[in-house]
Amino acid sequence: MESTSGKIEIRCTVNDEPQSVNAYPLERLLDVLREQLHLTGAKEGCGEGECGACSVFINGEVVNSCLVPIAQIEGASIRTIEGIASPDQLHAVQQAFIDCGGAQCGICTPGMVMAAVNLLQRNPHPSEADIRTGLAGNLCRCTGYMKIFESVVRACQNSHK
Amino acid sequence: MRAYVPQYQLVTPASLNDALTLIGNEPGVWKPFAGGTDLMVLLEAGKLPHHNYLNIWPLRELRGIEITDDHVTLGALTTYTEVQANDILRREFPMLCQAASETGGLAIQNRGTLGGNIVNASPAADSPPALLAYNAEIELVSSNGSRWLAYDSFHTGYKQMNIRADELLLRIRLPRQTVELKHYYRKVGTRKAQAISKVCLAAVARVADGRIADTRIAVGSVAPVVLRCKQTENALRGNELNDDTMTLARATLTSEIAPIDDVRSTADYRLRVAANLLVDFLKTARS
Repeated sequence: MESTSGKIEIRCTVNDEPQSVNAYPLERLLDVLREQLHLTGAKEGCGEGECGACSVFINGEVVNSCLVPIAQIEGASIRTIEGIASPDQLHAVQQAFIDCGGAQCGICTPGMVMAAVNLLQRNPHPSEADIRTGLAGNLCRCTGYMKIFESVVRACQNSHK
Repeated sequence: MRAYVPQYQLVTPASLNDALTLIGNEPGVWKPFAGGTDLMVLLEAGKLPHHNYLNIWPLRELRGIEITDDHVTLGALTTYTEVQANDILRREFPMLCQAASETGGLAIQNRGTLGGNIVNASPAADSPPALLAYNAEIELVSSNGSRWLAYDSFHTGYKQMNIRADELLLRIRLPRQTVELKHYYRKVGTRKAQAISKVCLAAVARVADGRIADTRIAVGSVAPVVLRCKQTENALRGNELNDDTMTLARATLTSEIAPIDDVRSTADYRLRVAANLLVDFLKTARS
């Protein structure tokens, strides 16, 4: 983990798989996920923590992966959008986005799904205000907010059936 | 334009002692790097001038919230999410929790730290007005020892701070209230989430027999530093909560602050809204 110059080796788990990557310490988690691990679900929108398109979980907490230097990932457990569905079934949130037309161009969708999954993990019975707050860090340039919001409402209903 | 990342270093010390030894031996060479919510934005924009950073994020010594009879003490790496989750903070320091809930969105709140908000030294930061109104103190440590100082004396000018190059911000301490206070925090921005404030006011008052027995008022985004408005406090202390006092409050605050025009707002707007917030605070305190 000590760096004098050049790349460092970082060990972590990504979607339950142990990984070891070599990278410059201030390389963004987003770039390592996309370019080294070929997990291209997390998107770069703004690159400054405003839009949430790059959202992933670190140790269960949602973060903007564009703002996390890889040196701070040592020993951490990462989950990306690729690790949300089980092998044979979409997550309830993903299915609801399909059923409700929650995705338009698709750039914000992985981040929206991650924010919604995280919300339901923290709060299985969110109010409408909780859902809005839970999605507040994610921007949709298509402005399809109502369908995204309805998708999360549907996901809550379906996961309680 | 993005920065060239191989030019940057981020070294991880094994302990607080190691960190303090390093910055003690090479003062000014290493700067602390916590949750990265400000520094990574500058990096991406190619505007991060300093190149060598100390990764303090894993240091346990800078984490945790400690409660005693007299104080709540927060490690400098306490995140906005951790602030909001603490029951005692929610009960006794609601303005700090509200500030934390209105900083960025959840993903920022999971990474941004109270200490980072302080040493990033933005006059538009959300938690400093609450910290000033609650009379916070901060502890700075170096390999030579530690010192406590009133947070009110920490920011000395735009991005200028009372901290040496061999020191780290270790903890923030809030004196627990022994009397009932009215708390008022309001951030005005372009939208509820993610916005950087145009004006932010945090104030507490002790009200007795319809009078302002005591008050502490702090305003963000209206000066080179987040400002404790002591002239206004002095003018208001002892006054009855009536319309004349509201007029006095407006006039005094307007002469005490000197906001500027910038990309987020105008001086005129900030002046008027800051005074409106103060009057709103006094009306809330009256009811």
